[in-house]
Amino acid sequence: MKRIIPMWIAIIGGFAMMLSSFVPLAESAGEMFADVFNVVAAIAFVLGAGSLAKQHLEKLSRRDAGWGYSIITLGSFLITLFIGLGKIGIHPNEQFPQAPYSGSNEMEGSAFGWIYEYMITPLTSTMFALLAFFVASAAFRAFRAKNTEAILLLVTAFIVLLGRTFAGVVLTGWFPDWASGLRLENLSIYVMQVFNTAGNRAIMIGIALGVAATGLRILFGIDRSWLGGGDA
Amino acid sequence: MSSGNFNNTNASVRPWFERLDRIDRRWIFLLMFLAVAGPILWIGVTGKTLPEAPTLAARAVFEEIDHLPARTLVLISFDYDPASAGELQPMATSLVRQCAAKNLRMVFIALWPLGNQVAQQTIQDVIRDDYPALKEGDDFVNMGYQAGNEAVMKLLLTDFAKAFPKDSRGEATSNIPMLKDVKMVSDFPLLISISAGYPGSKEWVQYVISAYNEKMNFVTGCTGVSAPQLYPYFPQQIAGLLGAIKGAAEYESMVNASLAVDGVATPPKYLQAQRRMGPQLVAHLLMVGLIIVGNMIFFARKRRGAA
Amino acid sequence: MRITHKVPRRIFTNHSWKCVATFLCMAMCCARVFAFEISSEMSESVAPVTQTVAAQDIFAENVLAHNAPEQDANAPLVEPVNAATNFNSAATPNAMPERPWFNIEKLWLLLWIVFIGGAVTVSVWLAKSGRPIRIRRIAALEAVDNAVGRATEMGRSILFVPGIQDMDNIQTVAGLTMLGRVAKTAAEYDATIEVPTCRSLVMEAARDTVRASYLSAGRADGFSVDRITYITDDQFGYVAHVVGSMVREKPATCFYMGCFFAESLIFAETGNAIGAIQIAGTAESSQLPFFVAACDYTLIGEEFFAASAYLSGEPAQLGTLRGQDVGKFAVVVLIALGVLASTILVMAPNAAVVGWFLGGLQKVLGG
Repeated sequence: MKRIIPMWIAIIGGFAMMLSSFVPLAESAGEMFADVFNVVAAIAFVLGAGSLAKQHLEKLSRRDAGWGYSIITLGSFLITLFIGLGKIGIHPNEQFPQAPYSGSNEMEGSAFGWIYEYMITPLTSTMFALLAFFVASAAFRAFRAKNTEAILLLVTAFIVLLGRTFAGVVLTGWFPDWASGLRLENLSIYVMQVFNTAGNRAIMIGIALGVAATGLRILFGIDRSWLGGGDA
Repeated sequence: MSSGNFNNTNASVRPWFERLDRIDRRWIFLLMFLAVAGPILWIGVTGKTLPEAPTLAARAVFEEIDHLPARTLVLISFDYDPASAGELQPMATSLVRQCAAKNLRMVFIALWPLGNQVAQQTIQDVIRDDYPALKEGDDFVNMGYQAGNEAVMKLLLTDFAKAFPKDSRGEATSNIPMLKDVKMVSDFPLLISISAGYPGSKEWVQYVISAYNEKMNFVTGCTGVSAPQLYPYFPQQIAGLLGAIKGAAEYESMVNASLAVDGVATPPKYLQAQRRMGPQLVAHLLMVGLIIVGNMIFFARKRRGAA
Repeated sequence: MRITHKVPRRIFTNHSWKCVATFLCMAMCCARVFAFEISSEMSESVAPVTQTVAAQDIFAENVLAHNAPEQDANAPLVEPVNAATNFNSAATPNAMPERPWFNIEKLWLLLWIVFIGGAVTVSVWLAKSGRPIRIRRIAALEAVDNAVGRATEMGRSILFVPGIQDMDNIQTVAGLTMLGRVAKTAAEYDATIEVPTCRSLVMEAARDTVRASYLSAGRADGFSVDRITYITDDQFGYVAHVVGSMVREKPATCFYMGCFFAESLIFAETGNAIGAIQIAGTAESSQLPFFVAACDYTLIGEEFFAASAYLSGEPAQLGTLRGQDVGKFAVVVLIALGVLASTILVMAPNAAVVGWFLGGLQKVLGG
């Protein structure tokens, strides 16, 4: 029973969503399922917060390696929760000046805004910037001319890397007009718009059919491995 | 498998290519840091930028906005967060600047939780600072973030007010003058998405533009890794495309040229994309160098193996 | 290597009646939805619906008129206000709903779904009736057992990252189906599997999946709920945690199966640095190059969705792969015809039949 009910929910929800694409009158059914998903996801968030607190408290109590980070995680979690729920530093909404908590957390000058501007922004930007370093190390290690395909990949990489910067103009900008198609900046556009587009379309068509087949497997209850497998 | 740390005492007797192949990756990280930091400092001191020749995709973005009559409604979706602001913020700034200069009515939305803050920041930097005559509610409005990803897009197809019942100030959508007659997303002749991933440009194409391709145009700016995925949609579904900081720099140069005033220097905040092309140039050259060195190692090892 | 499966021929299988029941159930559901919708439309929202459609058309005309080249770009736009106001005056509150019961513009899309769904269903039926199914070897999936075994031998854990999206993303569902298989193998080998998740709902689903896998492997006592944890919804907060734990705990094997964005290379490069065997699978084409460059094995696009069927070896599931291939063959034929017709049209612009054919083809493909 624990597998049959979720499976039928998936089947009914899936078909309702599909139907809502074709039958305008059934649009609200699709919206209803989307709303139900959002509500369930919101409820599950409480479980997630509980899991987070539990794992870090356990780590603290066991004094596992890196338990100091758990203090930072739990502390940040509780402080942000307090600031968000308490609406610290927020002025009442202009429309409801008498209601002290009517302002939004996104208002200028709010403590939440301060956290956003001075903590979240630099932290996430730093993490994203790490990509530049990892790309360099991956390029050094992985781009080897092992066979014909790899050589083609290498040549393409050089064209795009140089063509997307001023280096392309410096290196090939002197080409006469009749050979302008061979300038690196033009070649890189050609690579992106022709070869890349063709390859991407092929992958996208394959993915779309894969999604359709997976969806049908789940909708028909053929594939139940997401429920742990086995017979319902 | 790992090319990371190695503590082999015989390292000194290894041939050069073996040592280079097993180099601690932190040396590569240091080189990348220098490749990016050097040009940033140099451009910061000299203020010089590299010239940009706009490509077709970037020109299409500029022209889509440029051809719109004044007071046209434009929906601008901020589908990114501070993490990718380094790559996307310059194009967002230029897009809003061109729309403001053209006196288009801008409706900002965000499908990413932190997209609203990025939108607020852009409004502050461009509209409030440089176009103070534009009034919130009449000329622009920020509808804030709405959770639900594609569900919000689907809702926009039929009911804008249901998808965004109030703006970021708490004002009901029905009370906002410029939205009085907006029923659904197709009431916006132009949709702009600045996108860092999911939900973003691809989902806008799949859920909205595929339904209203003939009624509204769509231009987008995206991160470098997403650009290859979006090229298949250009120019049919996506009328104009700004790919990464390169696309932003091309577009920025066009906007700056169109709004240039003799004797007045362009403020640095409108040169961010062009300034970032310097670090990008050196970083790309470093990567080309690393790939060449990597292949020298590969061939040296191959020759040694064959011998 | 060929994998061939034969099963006894059975026309009305357990699955067949389930499909029929599903359609019946859906029919009832639709009927209920229609009844609800029509009654509510009749009672309160007849006018707004017709208004919306008509106002939209009028506004579209205005916009098209304004986008005409001869229009003065600086002239103020004829606002949609007028269109809607004009319509309001003409709207009759008690008019019958004009909303069509079926969106005719999507007819071809529906026919495509029916075609692909039909191909899949027929292929499943053929597979169940004993027709052998041959599928090519997928190296990444063949390596799953070895990768899990390596972790057991080394006495280290297995890290499974099910992407950073929620359960409404099909890639997450596909990732969890892989998790089910990997967890079962891990349970059989007595290996430890760690699953940090980026969404609470995924955590709950992953717990159920792993629990059921341990149960089916007869190792219920080996399952620990604490190994499947929620970290944070924030993309890079999640990345920081996972990468940190990878560096500290050095898992022997890392699986990345699901929807990934900028974090793909950070995960894969960190896994490479700690010497882990890495198997990735995603349908995010922009992230595939990073996984291919840094991982030992990568499931590319459709391979990722085929993984569950491949690993299960069940004829019904393998049949869906053949159905998928039928769809792909149809697409390839249409592309070839389109390319041929376009080429002929370029060389002979007056070939009316080819133009008519190409127009029809574009209509079929929704172009």
